[in-house]
Amino acid sequence: MMRDTIILRVVAKLLLPAILIFALYVQFHGDYGPGGGFQAGVAAAAGIILYGMIFGIPAAKHVIPTTVIQVMIPLGVLIFAGTGVAGLLLGENYLNYSPLGSHPESGQHLGILIVEAGVFITVASTMLAIFYGFGGLADEADAEQAQEGEE
Amino acid sequence: MVVTVIGIIRAHNLFAVVMLGSVYSFLMATVMVILDAVDVSMTEAAVGAGMSTVLLLAVLHLTRTREAPLRHTPIIPMIVCLMTGGALVFGTLDLPPFGEANAPQNQHVAPYYIENAEHETGSPNIVTAVLASYRGYDTLGEVTVIFTAGIGVLILLASGRGRRRETPDAEQDPKDDAV
Repeated sequence: MMRDTIILRVVAKLLLPAILIFALYVQFHGDYGPGGGFQAGVAAAAGIILYGMIFGIPAAKHVIPTTVIQVMIPLGVLIFAGTGVAGLLLGENYLNYSPLGSHPESGQHLGILIVEAGVFITVASTMLAIFYGFGGLADEADAEQAQEGEE
Repeated sequence: MVVTVIGIIRAHNLFAVVMLGSVYSFLMATVMVILDAVDVSMTEAAVGAGMSTVLLLAVLHLTRTREAPLRHTPIIPMIVCLMTGGALVFGTLDLPPFGEANAPQNQHVAPYYIENAEHETGSPNIVTAVLASYRGYDTLGEVTVIFTAGIGVLILLASGRGRRRETPDAEQDPKDDAV
């Protein structure tokens, strides 16, 4: 959308690693501090969206293609539900993570980590799908306007 | 926050409205921090102030940035708003005072979580423990809702693209010359 602004490009390149690292920090520190899969997913998607806004949607789609998103959206839900099924197979109630580890506490901890990863994947990819949707429409509208201008 | 809302109502430039909405979300996030709900505050800041603003800006890119002139008087929506707001305020009158120890929400399962969450789940953040473990079903439901939203968006966009291609002057796919 704004491909010619050098200040934005440089600042975005500086900020992008920080945003993605912060997303991972929120993801994995969610057990100890505020945060979790949902917030981390939104933060990671925001990083990619910033990239897409400044370098154009095609560049962002080059980083994370639409096919990857189409796989990731159901993958997150499957990870979450699959963790529940794993607990079920190991002889506990659905979504009880206790049997996943060597003793109940570590099992719960592991379960929470896996489940949060599932939330992260689904949230991040859904946010990106929505952004690609609207942004893609906007780009198409731009291209059409340009075509009309030429005619 | 009241100033922001009045600004949103008075402004006719939709760009300003989106920005004021973002400001409102950030103020809301600050209120959440003051109420010690840091997790909610993070979500509000990320989703309310960040993500929705970006998406609304993308929509503004597609439409005009001026509000359309009103075609009817806003008297009925105003009555509905006032009645709903009045009912909500009336409902809050019966709520126990904030932070009261004897309030029902602090008596039911909350003490159990506070006492047992850390050694039962190994997670010092009780919010995470409740969200992912004790209330796993709820969170699974939330993720499914998001999943449904994502799938819905993908389907809507796919159908939109198909219709575009059928129109004669869009034979050259605009996506290709954007790449």
